[in-house]
Amino acid sequence: MKDKIKTIQVNTLARVEGEGALRVKVRGKKVLDVALKIYEPPRFFEAFLRGRDFREVPDITARICGICPIAYLLGASQAMEDVCGVQVTGPIRALRRLVYDGEWIESHVLHMFMLHAPDFLGYEDAIQMTKDYPDVVKDALRMKKIGNRIMTLLGGREIHPINLRVGGFYKVPAKRELGTLTDDLKWGLDTALKSMKILTGLPYPDFEQDYELVAMRHPDEYAIIEGRIVSNKGIDIALREYDNTFTEEHVERSTALHTTVKGRTACLVGPLARYSHNFEQLTPLAKQAAHAAGLGPTCRNPFKSILVRGVEVVFAFEEALAIIENYEMPDEPAVTVQPRVGTGYGCTEAPRGICYHRYTIDDRGTVLDAKIVSPTAMNLRSIENDLWAFISANLHLPKEKLQWRCEQTIRNYDPCISCSAHFLKLELDET
Amino acid sequence: MTAPVLLIGVGNRYRRDDGAGLELVRRLKDGLGAGVDAVESDGAAASLMEVWRGRTNVFLFDAVKSGASPGTIHRLDPGAEAIRAGHFRCSTHDFGVAEAVELSRAFGDLPEKFFIYGIEGKVFDEGEGLSSESESAVQELAAELMHSLARFIGNSSVAR
Repeated sequence: MKDKIKTIQVNTLARVEGEGALRVKVRGKKVLDVALKIYEPPRFFEAFLRGRDFREVPDITARICGICPIAYLLGASQAMEDVCGVQVTGPIRALRRLVYDGEWIESHVLHMFMLHAPDFLGYEDAIQMTKDYPDVVKDALRMKKIGNRIMTLLGGREIHPINLRVGGFYKVPAKRELGTLTDDLKWGLDTALKSMKILTGLPYPDFEQDYELVAMRHPDEYAIIEGRIVSNKGIDIALREYDNTFTEEHVERSTALHTTVKGRTACLVGPLARYSHNFEQLTPLAKQAAHAAGLGPTCRNPFKSILVRGVEVVFAFEEALAIIENYEMPDEPAVTVQPRVGTGYGCTEAPRGICYHRYTIDDRGTVLDAKIVSPTAMNLRSIENDLWAFISANLHLPKEKLQWRCEQTIRNYDPCISCSAHFLKLELDET
Repeated sequence: MTAPVLLIGVGNRYRRDDGAGLELVRRLKDGLGAGVDAVESDGAAASLMEVWRGRTNVFLFDAVKSGASPGTIHRLDPGAEAIRAGHFRCSTHDFGVAEAVELSRAFGDLPEKFFIYGIEGKVFDEGEGLSSESESAVQELAAELMHSLARFIGNSSVAR
C-alpha cells in the first residue's frame, strides 16, 4: 500500500517581520515538498525610485525596513557616491560604522531575546519567558534601548533615521555628545558578555549544512559598510560583479524573489557567514566570548545563529566604545557629491546579511534604474533547504514538536519578510 | 515638570484610520494644555514601556482592527484583564502595544491607573484623513474624556 501524504500547513508565520506561511508535504519517511510562501504584498520601491533625484533615494529606501533602515540608507548612499566618484573617509566613515553598530545591537537583541530565545527555552513567547527570566528580558530591553540611542543620536530618530545623506550626515555630533553614550555602552558590553553565558547553556540541535556562506570581507575590519563579497565556494568579487554572480528569480509561491548563485544554488548570508569569513577581525572580547561559547572560527549550525548574534553584539558594543574614544568631529558633516552619469553599487552587512544596491543615474542625478536585494531574499532558498533537511531527519518527532522546530528553523534566520507572530497553526492532513 | 496625566497616541497618520489615536491625543492636548503630557508613538513595545514607566495615570489610544463595526470604541482595562495581541495595527516583528502591556505586567511596572482605548478602523490605506466612522468615534471620545480629564486634573492639582 502506498504511504499516505501528510501536509504540514503553517498559515501564519509568527515572530517574524511580515507575512509568510509554510507548507510541507511528506510521504512516509520522505519529504516531497517544502514551500515557504511569502504573501506580503509587493512594495514596488525599485519602480518608484525611478525619476527621483539621487539625493532623495536614501530617505526613501530607509522606509523599506523599520528594524534595519541603516542598511537601506547606507547602501543607497554608497551606490550614489560610487557613481559620482566620491569616497567617504575619516570620522564620517567612523560615524557610519557607529550608527550601524547601533542597528546591529537593537536588531540582534530584539531577535535573540524576544523572538528566538523562547524557542529554545520552550516558551510560547517572550512574555511567558519573562515570568521565569525577568532579569534576562529587562537586560535585553535595556541593551536594545542603547542600540536605539545610538541610532537616535546619529540618525535623529530611532526608526527611519533622517540625519544621514549621500556623502555623510546633515549634522555630526560633537565629541562630548557621543561621550554621553559611553556609560551605557560599557554597561551594554558587560551585559552582552554576561548574556553569552545564558545563551551558551541553551539546547542546540545537532544540525549542520554545507552552505555557500556569502558575506563581505574587508582587509582591515570586520566588514560592515565596505568590502568585497566572498564565499567559501569561490566567490571573491567587487560589488560591481554582483549581477554576474547572483541571480534572482520569481517563484510562484512568493512575492519575494529568490536569490541563487549562478550555476549553483542557494547561498546563506547573515551572522553565520560573516562570522565564518571574518572571525579573525572580531574585537578581542568578542573573540573571547565566541571561544567561551564553544564556537570555533566557523559555524554552520543555523540554530547557533543566536550565539553568533550574541558575539556580534559584544563586538558592536566594543567597537562603538572604541569609535567614540577615537572620534574627532569633522569640519564638514558630509562630502559634497555632484551627480554624474553612470551606474553605482553599494552593499553593507545588514543584521540579516548583505544588502545590495545598484542605481543608474543621468548627468542631472535623476534615477533611471534601481535594484535592491534584501538579505532575506538571499536566504529564502537556504531556509527551505534547512527545513527540508531538518524535517527529513526528524520525522519521528511528534507533530507539535516538529511544528515547533519548523518555526525555530525559520526564525534562525531572523527573516524580515516585510523588507519579509507566536502562533503557528499547524494542520496535519492525512489523505 | 510632569503633568498628572499621560496621553499616548499610537499609530501612523499616513495610513488613514491608523492615525485615529494620534488625532485624539492631539485634540485632547489642545484642550487640556499643561494638565496632560502627550506622546506620539509608533507602537514599538520597548519604547512604549519606557514612555509609561513610572507614570500613575496613563491613557493610551490606538486604532484597532478586530472585525467590529468601524467606529466602535473598545475600552480595555489592563489592570483587570490581559490584553490580547492581534487587534492593534502597529508593531515591529509583532512586538507592539499588547506585548508592551503584558511585559510591563510581568515586570510589575504597569501604571496604577491605565486605560486603553481602541478605535475600530475602516480604512488603513495610504493617505491622510480619517473615515467618517473613525472621525465620529474620535469626536465622541474627545468630548467624553475632555470633560472627565479636566475634572480629574483639577482634583489632582488641588490634592497636590
